[in-house]
Amino acid sequence: MEIVVCIKRVPDTAEAEVTITEDKKDIKKEGLAFEINEWDNYAVEEAVQLKEKFGGNITVVSVGSAESNDIIRRALAMGADRGILLRDEAFDGSDSYAIAKILHGAIKDIKFDLVLTGAQAGDDGCAQVGPTLAELLGIPHATLVTNIEIEDGKAKVRRELEGGLEELLEIELPALFGIQTGINEPRYVSIMGIRKARKKEIVEMGLKDIGLTGDEVGLAGSKTIIEELFIPPVGEGAEIIEGDAAEVSARLAEILKEKGVLA
Amino acid sequence: MSEIFVLAEHRRGELREITLEMLSGIRDLSEKMGADLTAVLLGKNVGEFAETLKNYANKILVIEDEKLENFNAEAYQRVLSALIKERNPILTVIGHSAFGMDLAPSLATELDLPLATDCIGFEYEDGKLFAIRQIYGGKVNAKVSFKGDRYMMTIRAGAFPIDKEASMGGEIISVESPLKEDIPYRRFIEYIEAPPGEVDITQADILVGVGRAIGDVENLPLVEELAEALGGVVACTRPVVDKKWLPKERQVGTSGKVVKPKLYLAIGISGAFQHLAGMKGSELIVAINKDPKAPIFNAAHYGIVDDLFKVVPVLTEKIKELKS
Repeated sequence: MEIVVCIKRVPDTAEAEVTITEDKKDIKKEGLAFEINEWDNYAVEEAVQLKEKFGGNITVVSVGSAESNDIIRRALAMGADRGILLRDEAFDGSDSYAIAKILHGAIKDIKFDLVLTGAQAGDDGCAQVGPTLAELLGIPHATLVTNIEIEDGKAKVRRELEGGLEELLEIELPALFGIQTGINEPRYVSIMGIRKARKKEIVEMGLKDIGLTGDEVGLAGSKTIIEELFIPPVGEGAEIIEGDAAEVSARLAEILKEKGVLA
Repeated sequence: MSEIFVLAEHRRGELREITLEMLSGIRDLSEKMGADLTAVLLGKNVGEFAETLKNYANKILVIEDEKLENFNAEAYQRVLSALIKERNPILTVIGHSAFGMDLAPSLATELDLPLATDCIGFEYEDGKLFAIRQIYGGKVNAKVSFKGDRYMMTIRAGAFPIDKEASMGGEIISVESPLKEDIPYRRFIEYIEAPPGEVDITQADILVGVGRAIGDVENLPLVEELAEALGGVVACTRPVVDKKWLPKERQVGTSGKVVKPKLYLAIGISGAFQHLAGMKGSELIVAINKDPKAPIFNAAHYGIVDDLFKVVPVLTEKIKELKS
């Protein structure tokens, strides 16, 4: 089974303070730790598990800067066979549509049975690239996928719906699946493993290599434009209880008692 | 007259709330744009939904077809692309739900329309439409513009309240299904219910919710002990379930359970909107988190900005002391 996995390098902002740049188009990236997008990590693991079952090859593809080599190498250490880094100044400012277009440029010439992406990315949260790429490739897709079973050129996939409900679908291959977190338990990657994976090939491709022109990518090729970023207005918010652990605990216990929660 | 399409969403015989939220929220925009508000309803035996939608839209386009009985992104895309090509709406609005996330991006790509997903609002200035969406887990908002003069948006659940007083008296228009052939690539088989768990968190008066910041499954006894002292039950966020630290039945949020306890004590929870959607109806919300800018503090009534590992053991002792 030939599998392509699309991955993205994103900043970890879960517990970091986020500030906006002067031109209001981006956040300040200095001091932030970067990692593989959480959803994509599950997609890589899913690909590796499918390869372990059916054999074949895994190609990981990422649009980004030279630093994205780090996450590609990490995926190679998990079990992928080769990497493609799509890197060109012309790609800067691409929206989800333009990113899908760039990925399409590289993937259309690869033989594949399955394309996996994360269902969304933790930075922009667009959840657009996967199904957009599927449409460009002319293949069916399903997103928010929580289980994949392959049989006779078809996939039985589970999709996560709301409120704990799931749906079971049958989809013809080749297809693209957007992977939801929790589908598997991504394996641990050691420094040693990443070092060993250095022998595997990473190909770098730019605008011309994928047969696109400058007006098809970047801001020119995007359909949506970020006008400005701003910090969301805060509501009334919580009454903050101040003090050390003993003080805040005593005060909170008092509040709970007043509110009749402590029976 | 131009029109705005809003796609009605329904599942297993029920119109989903997001449909009326979108129609209520977009009505103001349709007036500003001078466009009719048109609900698009696809399905089988959906007459009852059409009656409800009369209050919320100027027109209700109804396409009945047994191939549309259950949501199928492939079938829906075929019908909607035909309908959008024919009627050329200025804006098409779809829910940012499991349903819309599977449908909107490929539909927009087929029709060459700009799409902004997961929008929580919009602005309309000098004839130009802007979408407001959240990025970086709700820490930053983005104002987004569209190229061209036809647009598409998906809207986050809960972004707009339902106008319960709406009475627009819309006209129901029946449209013939453009689906002539079978849907070749994608087949719906069945719905799968979550297995009932040992604990029903929706029945608890006191919930101690735990998030990713608990760090490791080995640290869970810390919150279990606090829950026990309070006479409550431990619930959690999605990442805790993804990491298999707690079973799915404990998950609060969009893809988990909606809870309304007397007390929701959120520990190490940043407050992703999917989680907030599941617990914001709680009577009393208290949050303990070391990040003072965590969105959970906007939803909470009381907050403690500190390391959970410092506060929780002391709080547990204090509660035990008060109860004995």
